[in-house]
Amino acid sequence: MSELPPFIIFLVAVLLVVATRGIVRSVILLAAPLLAGLHLWFNIDPGMTISHSILSFEFIVMRTDKLSLLFGYLFCLASFIATIYAWHVKDTAQQLAGLIYAGAAVGAVFAGDLLTLFIFWELLALSSVFLIWARGTERAFNAGLRYLIFQVASGLLLLAGALIHYHNVGSLAFDHIGLDGLASWLIFIAFGIKCAFPFLHSWLTDAYPEATVTGTVFLSAFTTKLAVYALARGFPGEEILVYIGVAMACFPIFYAVIENDLRKVLAYSLINQLGFMVVGVGIGTALALNGVVAHAFSHVLYKGLLFMTMGAVLYRVGNINGSDLGGLYKSMPKTTVLCIVGALSISAFPLFSGFISKSMVMSAMIKADFGYLWLLMLFASAGVFHHAGIKIPYFAFFAHDSGIRTQEAPTNMLIAMTIAAAFCIFLGVQPQYLYALLPWEMDYWPYDASHVLAQLQLLFFSALAFVWLNQRGMYPPELRSINLDVEWLYRKLLPNWVHKIITFISVMKTYLSAVAIALMARIRHAFSQTFVAKYHLSESWPTGSMVFWVAAILATYLLITIFR
Amino acid sequence: MSERNQKEYLFDKPENVKRLLRGLYAICILLVVADFVIHRHVSLSWEEIPAFYALYGFIACVLLVVIAKWIRKVVMRKEDYYDE
Repeated sequence: MSELPPFIIFLVAVLLVVATRGIVRSVILLAAPLLAGLHLWFNIDPGMTISHSILSFEFIVMRTDKLSLLFGYLFCLASFIATIYAWHVKDTAQQLAGLIYAGAAVGAVFAGDLLTLFIFWELLALSSVFLIWARGTERAFNAGLRYLIFQVASGLLLLAGALIHYHNVGSLAFDHIGLDGLASWLIFIAFGIKCAFPFLHSWLTDAYPEATVTGTVFLSAFTTKLAVYALARGFPGEEILVYIGVAMACFPIFYAVIENDLRKVLAYSLINQLGFMVVGVGIGTALALNGVVAHAFSHVLYKGLLFMTMGAVLYRVGNINGSDLGGLYKSMPKTTVLCIVGALSISAFPLFSGFISKSMVMSAMIKADFGYLWLLMLFASAGVFHHAGIKIPYFAFFAHDSGIRTQEAPTNMLIAMTIAAAFCIFLGVQPQYLYALLPWEMDYWPYDASHVLAQLQLLFFSALAFVWLNQRGMYPPELRSINLDVEWLYRKLLPNWVHKIITFISVMKTYLSAVAIALMARIRHAFSQTFVAKYHLSESWPTGSMVFWVAAILATYLLITIFR
Repeated sequence: MSERNQKEYLFDKPENVKRLLRGLYAICILLVVADFVIHRHVSLSWEEIPAFYALYGFIACVLLVVIAKWIRKVVMRKEDYYDE
């Protein structure tokens, strides 16, 4: 039984889902992540390897250690919660896409070689795009296409890198790679696209807000965290990641402050949170890497929770723009409380999950002498509280009363959100259970007086700044607008250039042909003025008549030759 | 709005909002006072500044918003910008 890779459970579930309908199908959808999770928890130990030979290549379909196992538990848990959240969805495409997507993520985490990783990597892309397309709007369709191009490009870079890597070292094993040579850079950029590195991030903020209510919850859990896992396995301790991570943590918070679509605010803050993980991978010490894994774990739960609460608002109100919402605590009080739990968790409030994981990365930064960059990360921490901790709940549920009166979120959504919220609080209050699962040995405890005091000061004075700015009317109002980001390059600039080039070519063609015609007319005119023009043969003749006369001449030659 | 929708909610009363804000101010003051009572162990030199985290949090958020407003001037477009 312990020989069974958990993605097989998802695969079987996919076949069963296709064959069933209604409640049976819903139960199967829910059972798959549950069984896979239990199977991982009880039957599978670190340090095992399962491989299968296909066409003389050894596919390592399952390689377990504490790192991959923890991500395995996480993906099963996230998929379980998201499936409860999506219980009411009866759309086969979305049900299948969510299931395959989760299964691919679980498969990828245990992939022991780069080719197996590549297969799951692309499966992740191909399945998840249906969660965007299922929204059914033209915008979603186009955003999905752009998303797919990025994801498939990432896969192709991974494949190219893997093949060169194989050529160089004669092995495809997915272990420490390190930045050294073309192959490693190709793989690094492949991971970087999926991890939303700066300038490669726009697929995320473009597509996640366009996906369905439930689709975004799935999307927020798997792709980027798989990339963090892959970076932690392949490139720990690469210093460039520290700088990339700091950039990722800092730039999105500005966008988050001025963005109107609240799910897009969350997408930006998702990149900000990934920044903390990428910094941790870059530092590469045991404490930092443990921090990465722990933060990924708590992040999936609170980010999922926040996306679920905003999804519930979108589901009930049909709108998720901050400019049109407000006062929803009156009709959705439970969702409001759950959203606040998520907001406190992402803000790393003591007793909530973000606190116990983010602080590990921050401490590791100080220990590794990144003092100035640490200041920037502290800035990013305050910024998170500002946009995700306060802005999200404030503009959706409080602020000015928009007059919208709706119903509380459906029961299945409330159950899913409550489970996620319970985990957020449990991890925050009892971090030792998560710490015990972490891959590396460390001696760390987040709760001491000075750390708690420091964090509370940071957060409460951030809140004070929000109140002060709001009362002075300095806080940027929510406006119906969009903000230009990197995607402008390929959604506006590039199409404009292409358009200009095509226009230029067609104008040139018209011009050149006009010139040619005029030139011909002039030549003809000049010819008509010459003395030969008056002869019959110098007129313009059809080609056919020329051929006829040539044939006639040849025939005459022939006759002369024969009868001479 | 009709009569039956006139139910009073928690923050419809201005005094409740005031209470919440007063609570926030009180906590902020307490946290600064605590900074002088509890000895924070420090590992970086700037952490020694009294109430460093409080100052930093406040200034960071004000800066964040001010810069974001500048950025808005450059990057903000109409909602249908890409549809044109």
